[in-house]
Amino acid sequence: MPLPNWLRTTLLTLGSIAVTLLGLLFVTFVIGRVMPIDPVLAIVGERASQSTYDAVFQELGLDKPLIVQFGYYIWDVIRLDFGTSLLNARPVSEDLARVFPATLELATLGIFIGIVLGVPLGVVAAVRKGSWIDQVARVVALVGYSMPIFWLGLMGLLIFYGILGWVGGPGRVGIFYVDVVPSVTGMILIDAALDGNWDVFKNAFSHIILPASLLGYYSLAYISRMTRSFMLEQLSAEYITTARVKGMSEWDVVWKHAFKNIRVQLITVIALSYANLLEGSVLTEIIFSWPGIGSYITTALLSADMNAVLGGTVVVGLIFIMLNIFSDLLYKVFDPRAR
Amino acid sequence: MFTLRSTLASACIAATLAMSPSLAETPSDVLVVAQNIDDIVTIDPASAYEFTSGEYVANTYDTLVRYDAMDTTVLAPALATEWSVDAANKTVAFTLRDGVKFHSGNPLRGADVVGSWTRVVALDKAPSFILTQLGWTADNIDEMVTTEGNAVTVRYEGDFAPSFVLNVLAARPASIVDMETVMANEVDGDMGHAWMNKNSAGTGPFKLVTYRPAEILTLEAHADYYQGAPSMSRVVVQHNPEGASQRLQLVAGDVDIAKNLDPNQVAGLTDEEGVRIETYPQAAVHWISFNQKVDALTDPAVWAAARYLVDYEGMAGSLLDGQMKVHQAFWPDGFPGALTDTPFSYDPEKAKQILADAGVQLPINVTLDVISATPFVDMAQSLQSSFAQAGINLEIVAGTGAQVITKYRARTHEAMLLYWGPDFMDPHSNAKAFAFNADNSDDKYASTTTWRNAWMPPEEMNAKAMAALGEQDPDKRLGMYLDLQRETQAEAPFVIMFQAIKQVAMRDNIKGFVNGATSDYVFYRLVEKN
Repeated sequence: MPLPNWLRTTLLTLGSIAVTLLGLLFVTFVIGRVMPIDPVLAIVGERASQSTYDAVFQELGLDKPLIVQFGYYIWDVIRLDFGTSLLNARPVSEDLARVFPATLELATLGIFIGIVLGVPLGVVAAVRKGSWIDQVARVVALVGYSMPIFWLGLMGLLIFYGILGWVGGPGRVGIFYVDVVPSVTGMILIDAALDGNWDVFKNAFSHIILPASLLGYYSLAYISRMTRSFMLEQLSAEYITTARVKGMSEWDVVWKHAFKNIRVQLITVIALSYANLLEGSVLTEIIFSWPGIGSYITTALLSADMNAVLGGTVVVGLIFIMLNIFSDLLYKVFDPRAR
Repeated sequence: MFTLRSTLASACIAATLAMSPSLAETPSDVLVVAQNIDDIVTIDPASAYEFTSGEYVANTYDTLVRYDAMDTTVLAPALATEWSVDAANKTVAFTLRDGVKFHSGNPLRGADVVGSWTRVVALDKAPSFILTQLGWTADNIDEMVTTEGNAVTVRYEGDFAPSFVLNVLAARPASIVDMETVMANEVDGDMGHAWMNKNSAGTGPFKLVTYRPAEILTLEAHADYYQGAPSMSRVVVQHNPEGASQRLQLVAGDVDIAKNLDPNQVAGLTDEEGVRIETYPQAAVHWISFNQKVDALTDPAVWAAARYLVDYEGMAGSLLDGQMKVHQAFWPDGFPGALTDTPFSYDPEKAKQILADAGVQLPINVTLDVISATPFVDMAQSLQSSFAQAGINLEIVAGTGAQVITKYRARTHEAMLLYWGPDFMDPHSNAKAFAFNADNSDDKYASTTTWRNAWMPPEEMNAKAMAALGEQDPDKRLGMYLDLQRETQAEAPFVIMFQAIKQVAMRDNIKGFVNGATSDYVFYRLVEKN
């Protein structure tokens, strides 16, 4: 008896997720093991005795064949045990529960800024092609593409925090607001709102707005250029000319016809931008002392803390997979042909 | 339209201003420090082995004797009020201080001393070797350290100078923990290790409130501290890996101390109102070494020439400005037994002559491993340039600290640019590293500069290093270490070039911050704000 369609689709999706994650983990695991860094030294330090070194070497299972090590790791992951971080001797799952919400909060606000400003800018630039608005949009995007984020972040801090004092400094919240509201989601803005503590909310907002704007600006640069390109293609189509000939207002032509037809493409662009931000922007996190997943994975990788790297990889892999699934669902909402 | 735009713009600016944080100074009883704390692996004194965890342990735990905040160069009574060494020089008897309380409120007992050291030896984490030097093992520790009443008797195996034994017992892993509390939190036989990575159980002037790796470390004053509660009710160490933003925080008044500024950032603060820079000599020495497994580097003439191919003053005056000073011996300046002579200077002609006289075949092409961070890469480039003057071509191989150490430990490097800080403040800590090698075989790993560069010192030097360790006469002992430093200057395959200096920027109203020669001597308990 054939399986119902919905069940077949669900099973296929789950199988695809499992295979993707397994492949991702295997590649990361192998890279981690062939890196010229000794993970034992990351734990015991460079001056530990040979006996201490040997004990930790065995404890990590490094004396076993690579495939056996990987097998043990996968078995642990299935039981949601990502092991212990070599760099802080804490469970990786505990670390991920701490750093991922920080990145999620920052990336979500960043992509929100990128969409709210980038999409209209791209549409206007396409509609007013060659005008001063188009030129400004081009320059904005060009600066966004070419300016090193490290430099822009420091300049932002210098001007808006150091000189003008409009925003909070590095860190997620002021020192005196740390741990004031109970952690429910791990995202301080939401936790403060849930707690009704608007002082903490205000302080946290003053800290997040600058790094989020920075990330939003980089997303904006990409989203606005892609939006412009998609819109130009639509605006030159015959159905647009027909709509105009029929006397439809320019607003309706642009937003009800042309823009409606670029939504599916835009979803892909936005999903990719969001996924990139959710991977964690390492430099932004460093400049703003933002304890996110990007700097967590990078630090772990440079010290051969493979439990942390692999745990982070699972999270990032899941983000990409879930955003893909979400994009597919949105395609079906916006494009009847995809249903 | 113009009016609408103006109104919108005004509203935006007003909204932003409304969100602005107040830039008031930090409270008078709270010290806020901006620091890179991502080096911390663990905060249990039985395993803490990093710079920042050393600072943490120094402020939350005590040892029987210690280099105290009042004077970080003098070994003073701490949890022990007095001690005596027996005539055979095999036992030290300590008398514990009365009335000392742990953070939990539990009183200090002799059993805590025995338990703390037993725990370090049994857990066998990275710093345990410091205590096991005394001949302690998991099997004999209960016989080597005993207690009765408020007396603790420490026995050791080996010929050690009493000062060496006391220095070992003043080191970080010798910190005394509240065994009752620790063992109450034991899980799966870990002797409370996991719990100790999230909590403090010491007698120190501060206790741990919050620690989140690479995010924040908050300490609270221990009201019952035996030397009196600190003025600061809290110390908040905020993780910030970037010096430029630390500087902005300091100028804005959001932090009181910024610890990780580079020379340019320090220079930028010299005229800043309300901020001052303090400099503290550090114990770490920086050197370049030559692996004796590489044929081209085995000729002593190459080592001798290398001593004249370092632009000591040039580097110290430019790219290392304020961060290092010229120092050419293995024991750092500022400590008894340090050799402060600087007999070598940059003289490429002399180096060429040494190489020519010895008939060394040139050019010599070798790799130079270096940690890819400031100022090491800059130093490597300077060495590359100056060594090339005499026909020694250094190819710089930059890597992460973990990569460089992995190669160094495996003895697969050629030349190495690195640094060394003593594990405890006794000259033997560095003499063992630079002037002693018991066995140069590949399978006899030792974490010393000698073994790692596959160099076997002459028999006399090895013997002298061990003799100094056991010398009972303090003055004669220091003299032996001076000799060892002179000998390594003359005949070792490494060139010690600099001693580190720490520059710390702080608000003008901060008084009493103590930053000794190592991270174990960074103290907050005397800090006051005017």
